[in-house]
Amino acid sequence: MPSPRYWREIPARYRLEGARCKACERVVYPARSVCPHCRGRALEPMRLSRRGRVVTATVIHAAPDDFSAEAPYAMALVETPEGGRLMVQVVDCEPGEVGPGMEVSLAFRLIRREGHGGILCYGHKGVPLEDGT
Amino acid sequence: MRDVAMVGAGMTHFGELWNLSLRELFAEAALAALESAGADHLDGLWVGNMSAGQFVGQEHIGPMLVEQLGMSGVPATRVESACASGGMALRAAWLEVASGQSEIVMAAGVEKMNDGADVTAVLASAADQEAEVYHGITFPGLYAMIARAHMAAHGTTEEDMAWVAVKNHRHGALNPHAQFRREITVEDVLGSSLVAEPLRLLNCSPVSDGAAAVLLVPLTRAHEFTDRPVRILGSGAATAAMALADRADPATLDAVMTSASRAYRMAGIQPAQIDVAEVHDCFSIAEICCTGAMGLTDGCNPAHAARSGFTALGGRRPVNTSGGLKAKGHPVGATGVAQAIEIFEQLRGEAGDRQVPDAHIGATQNMGGSGASSVVHVFARG
Amino acid sequence: MAGIVGYGAYIPRNRITADEIARQWGKDPDSIRGGLLLQEKSVPGLDEDTITISVAAGLHALERAGLDPQRVGALYIGSESHPYAVKPSGTVVAEALDIGPEVHVADFEFACKAGTEAMFVALGLVESGRMEYAMAIGADTSQGAPGDALEFSASAGGTAYIFGREELMAEVVDAVSYTTDTPDFWRREGAFYPRHGGRFTGEPAYFQHVLSASRLILERTGLKAADFRYAVFHMPNGKFPLSAGKQLGFTREQLEPGWIVPTMGNTYSGSSPTGLAATLDVVEADQLVLITSFGSGAASDSFVLRTTELLVERRGRAPGVRAMLDGPRRYLTYGEYVKVREKIRMND
Repeated sequence: MPSPRYWREIPARYRLEGARCKACERVVYPARSVCPHCRGRALEPMRLSRRGRVVTATVIHAAPDDFSAEAPYAMALVETPEGGRLMVQVVDCEPGEVGPGMEVSLAFRLIRREGHGGILCYGHKGVPLEDGT
Repeated sequence: MRDVAMVGAGMTHFGELWNLSLRELFAEAALAALESAGADHLDGLWVGNMSAGQFVGQEHIGPMLVEQLGMSGVPATRVESACASGGMALRAAWLEVASGQSEIVMAAGVEKMNDGADVTAVLASAADQEAEVYHGITFPGLYAMIARAHMAAHGTTEEDMAWVAVKNHRHGALNPHAQFRREITVEDVLGSSLVAEPLRLLNCSPVSDGAAAVLLVPLTRAHEFTDRPVRILGSGAATAAMALADRADPATLDAVMTSASRAYRMAGIQPAQIDVAEVHDCFSIAEICCTGAMGLTDGCNPAHAARSGFTALGGRRPVNTSGGLKAKGHPVGATGVAQAIEIFEQLRGEAGDRQVPDAHIGATQNMGGSGASSVVHVFARG
Repeated sequence: MAGIVGYGAYIPRNRITADEIARQWGKDPDSIRGGLLLQEKSVPGLDEDTITISVAAGLHALERAGLDPQRVGALYIGSESHPYAVKPSGTVVAEALDIGPEVHVADFEFACKAGTEAMFVALGLVESGRMEYAMAIGADTSQGAPGDALEFSASAGGTAYIFGREELMAEVVDAVSYTTDTPDFWRREGAFYPRHGGRFTGEPAYFQHVLSASRLILERTGLKAADFRYAVFHMPNGKFPLSAGKQLGFTREQLEPGWIVPTMGNTYSGSSPTGLAATLDVVEADQLVLITSFGSGAASDSFVLRTTELLVERRGRAPGVRAMLDGPRRYLTYGEYVKVREKIRMND
């Protein structure tokens, strides 16, 4: 991942910064300039909570080269309490256990490396929440 | 806007074609199309291709390919809409002729996938790079999530999906151009290795090289090229959110529904009038979602359509008589045009062992990415 | 008077037992366990490193302090496994914690004491009045060479401390440092594994510095072992800290809460800081706690802390060390361990 592009993504990837449309109140993640729901142009920055619920999930067996060491791994569509949605890996559990309704916290993890000499790319992954946490 | 007809077609075999380069694939299909119509010049070329840049390091293929035909000078444009590139090239060619701008235009598609690229990573570039691919999703992974959502919402089973692959292999066995010409069983599918749960190897279309081309002229001049032209009755295209996260329901392919209704409206038909269709079965679940979204199963549960024989040869409405992407192969940019060629042959009565008796109206549906783009064409005997 | 306003630890969930490693190398599991007083250690996931551990620990520290990260004026990360050779871990951690851009960031290195080193400097900045709040993190994912004694203990984890002048959980009564050039353990630039001087790492290195720094601070503060509720020492294995504690006059009971190495292993720069966190998790208010680290090369930092009511009130805001050590975890086989620790030569 070329450095300038990675650097632009830092607010979204590190701090889960998205945007809320002032007109229709819906949340978009990552932020953008036009609301996809109502085409409003007034969006204000906001942050997603560091937790969410799995909407749907799969287990990737045939992985791209960058992720081959981690395969098989679970990937899930996670929705945060604010209504933001993101597609993240879910780790620290058996991949097959990840299913709709599972509550996860969003933990800061290393997502990929650009080979041996490139930069390290960070982001968030889901970690199942234990009952009562 | 004037009526447009397909008057010629040509395609290569689809498969692992080690000896043929991108340009050679195109030349073979394009020359066959020109020859089949007895045509010797073009006013324009639209070529669908998803990723020559990433697969073989070549951009700017419009002028490169038209030069392969000895036709430098002719306007030529590459069209890209991921796996819908071919269908969108067809649409662009149709528009150029329908508008009155040109008289004879070629719509082609080509993809050379087996020259050593990391195919998983290249195909994933049809998905949202920043939101999805960055975190490790693969193309099959996205459809796996769609499958899971479909299974949860509609009770679709892994067996239902397996039957789609079985049906399409049965059809592909009858297609001389198909990549796979052997039949498979439900047990074969359910026993194949996991790619992204619940999708297994035999639920997934293969990696293929290939090219396909059709010639379009105004209907009023079709008789100069063939006595059995196929009319394009309607064309409809639509887009949807790129990232699965941005769709209201992962199990619903909005772009497919919208592109189909636009095509049907232009053609002035209802889906029940369609006799034969080629639908984008990149993964078994996709055929189920698309036939449902297009209203091709007459109210019968689309998940059961393959198993019950409704969409099989001999059934009420055969889908993917070519073998579909699964058995025929899926050289990405070529697929949309190859679908049109299957319908072309069906409506001309030239489909041999795959012939649907009395086919008058046919349709093709070609989809990009995880459903972010879709293009539908409706055809009729000329 | 400056002190700790918040603290937080993070320990990865994977584990490997000393037995599993011993079996691999044909060593007798009982003698290893008995000799090192070590049962198992934490192992980082492929997606965990000093940066991610620091972020998790930092978040817990901010939670405990109830502090707006924008008020943190300095962030120091001490580790001997910084993910980059050149490019600070601290900048990534700062952005992830929403600290800055008006912040001073630096990475520290001093073998296993880089964590307390960061604490020493953060404390100084706050004491001097230059910063209102400063965060120091000791975290590591260090490697032990295959078949080497260190392979049994080198583990992963880290703890963050936020220093300030108000609403203290623990006041810093005094802080000292004792440093000499002692080549007991090192890693050359570009080398994957560290090397060490075997038994030389004991008396002339670990004990010389830990005992000297501890005695120095006891002398300066006029305190003796019996005055303290608890003490924490750097834990390269189970035996050394118990021996150091005993030599300084501490009872076994005083060392117990901070003696986490048997199930955690040696998290290098995270070792004594995490032992301190485990102690802060249980200690009563208005009690004295001693912490002395050790970093090869060599030096020890020593701090005397006095706990407050606020500690007892607020420490429940984030997970405790014992909860992480004893909580959900997964035991790896040796093969899984070497795969996630990237000790297998792959085809690039």
